Amino acid sequence: MAAWLVRRLAASIAIVWAVVTLTFVIVHLAHGSPCGQGDGRPVSPETCAALIRRFALDRPIGTQYVKYLGALLRGDLGESLALHRPVADALAEALPNTLTLALTALILDFALGVALGIYQAARERRFGDIALGNAALFVNSMPTFWLGLVLLLLLAQWLRLFPVGGLRDLVLCPRLDSLPCLADFAWHLTLPALTLGLVGAAGTARYQRAALLEVVRQDFVRTARAKGLPERRVLLVHALRNALLPLITLFGLTFPFLLTGAVLVETVFAWPGMGRLAVTAILQRDYPVVTAAALIASVMVVLGNLLADALYGVADPRIRVRAT
Amino acid sequence: MTVWNWLAVGGAAVLALVAVAEIRRRAGSGTSGRRFFRHPTAAPALFVLAFFVTVALAAPLVTPYRPYVQIDIARLANHAPSTQFPLGTDPFGRDVWSRLVYGARISLGIGALAMLVAVTTGVVVGGVAGYFRRWVDATLMRLVDVGLAMPRVFMLLMVVALWEHVPLTVLVLLIGLTGWFGTSRLVRAEVLSVREREFVAAARALGAEPARVIFRHVLPNAAAPIIVSAALGIGNVMLLEAGLSFLGLGVPSPAPSWGNMIADGWPKMAVAWWASTFPGLAISLVVMALNAVGDALRDALDPRKETA
Repeated sequence: MAAWLVRRLAASIAIVWAVVTLTFVIVHLAHGSPCGQGDGRPVSPETCAALIRRFALDRPIGTQYVKYLGALLRGDLGESLALHRPVADALAEALPNTLTLALTALILDFALGVALGIYQAARERRFGDIALGNAALFVNSMPTFWLGLVLLLLLAQWLRLFPVGGLRDLVLCPRLDSLPCLADFAWHLTLPALTLGLVGAAGTARYQRAALLEVVRQDFVRTARAKGLPERRVLLVHALRNALLPLITLFGLTFPFLLTGAVLVETVFAWPGMGRLAVTAILQRDYPVVTAAALIASVMVVLGNLLADALYGVADPRIRVRAT
Repeated sequence: MTVWNWLAVGGAAVLALVAVAEIRRRAGSGTSGRRFFRHPTAAPALFVLAFFVTVALAAPLVTPYRPYVQIDIARLANHAPSTQFPLGTDPFGRDVWSRLVYGARISLGIGALAMLVAVTTGVVVGGVAGYFRRWVDATLMRLVDVGLAMPRVFMLLMVVALWEHVPLTVLVLLIGLTGWFGTSRLVRAEVLSVREREFVAAARALGAEPARVIFRHVLPNAAAPIIVSAALGIGNVMLLEAGLSFLGLGVPSPAPSWGNMIADGWPKMAVAWWASTFPGLAISLVVMALNAVGDALRDALDPRKETA
């Protein structure tokens, strides 16, 4: 297990390094000179020279690359061109918001998805299964941001049940330090998390239903039924435990989905997370922020996959044996 | 909408129905065809796709206005759905139905073309990796590992930002070239199993070139998962394009795409819900249809079910 873990870790680091290199190359395709070529912002020759010196743009590209890697290792992600502050600070502010949103959505996704999947499997090919199956397929086919807009219109604009966006009420709750303020935060969190969670849950339900139906056809389930166990117990205890395994794979896949979805959902709900930061940065051509966001996102995807693999090993002894 | 437009829409619906019935008649005789249509959603899904494709192709016939025309910006912006404007008008005074139909050309076109790019790349890479194995396989598959670990949207955003306005061909290529990693893995696995079969050994013994063996003998026998992943992939690509266009980084306005139509209507959603709602509904419907067809195809082509 330890050797396997080390191997996987090494592979993960290699992948992150490859992504870093790729972002470096892309940015250098873009930059050219900070003096700008007719982008409407005149820069004096002195400023231009200072900028070039500051960002070491006069050095050979190899030197710049090494410097970039060194800075990354020290946790220095550069300085934002538009925000005039270190990128790391801006990201450190945004990342917790994205993670809160993604984790809440993840819980919603799996709780709702697994429950629906079980229900559908229990009523296989009956009305409830078919109706829910089609509904799930439809929700799963929606653009996440559009579902967000629809929920916003219905629940926030027309029914006035939820706020239209933002992290919290900035006037009443400048800081999250009291119970009412936490409630206010949760209230703001509901719609974006629901948007992401619903689309995810629709996918999870399809997956869970299929996994459970596959397990139900196996012999040990027939044995359990033959023993005269109530169907409820057969399904929820015997079959479900074995049908949860594929969900771990799904967990690895869900992580990138949530991050991707977060980019758009954060934009719709004015949620000050990493996705919105990245989108704003792109519209301002603020490359240090964009690359850093891409980097953090890929690190999270790699970590998610690593976690899924490790969980797999914990959940299924057969895999552990094969891996070592 | 004039009477002729309505008639043309009806005609498109009839044409789509006929097309589906014809497909059903022809395919219904084979085993996999029967299995495909046994899916209750397969035929309706095919109809939805056929309808949107027909309407998109016949766009000038079924729409009363050009997609760019601002009919009467002062009086006809945010006009509610009516007989003249069946889906209303957007904040710029353009007919939503006309834009939806012309947008279908762009959105469906990008979906299909980008998927073609992705599947072709994935098939070639997966085929080569699986056939030659050893270091070729190792190198290509490490590349795929990196590709799969990259958050696609962040990467696309980064590259798209290199352009002031992304040309459509570039957009298609970018979406396609960031979407082949999964397919190549699938194809490689399939090729690895097929290449050990006797008929491949026979082809090689007859002196066939590797390229011929791969494309004539191995890949046709690995077609089923490729087709399924392509069908499911188009929907994904359409969602991606919609997302990018929604952020203003995909198809540039005023060209209509379903994604940027949602973006155009968004600021006025509280007063004119129709401008953003209908394009989103169209995306959801088409993607759902593609997913349903993909599901049915998987069941129809999955050889494991042959004996069941």
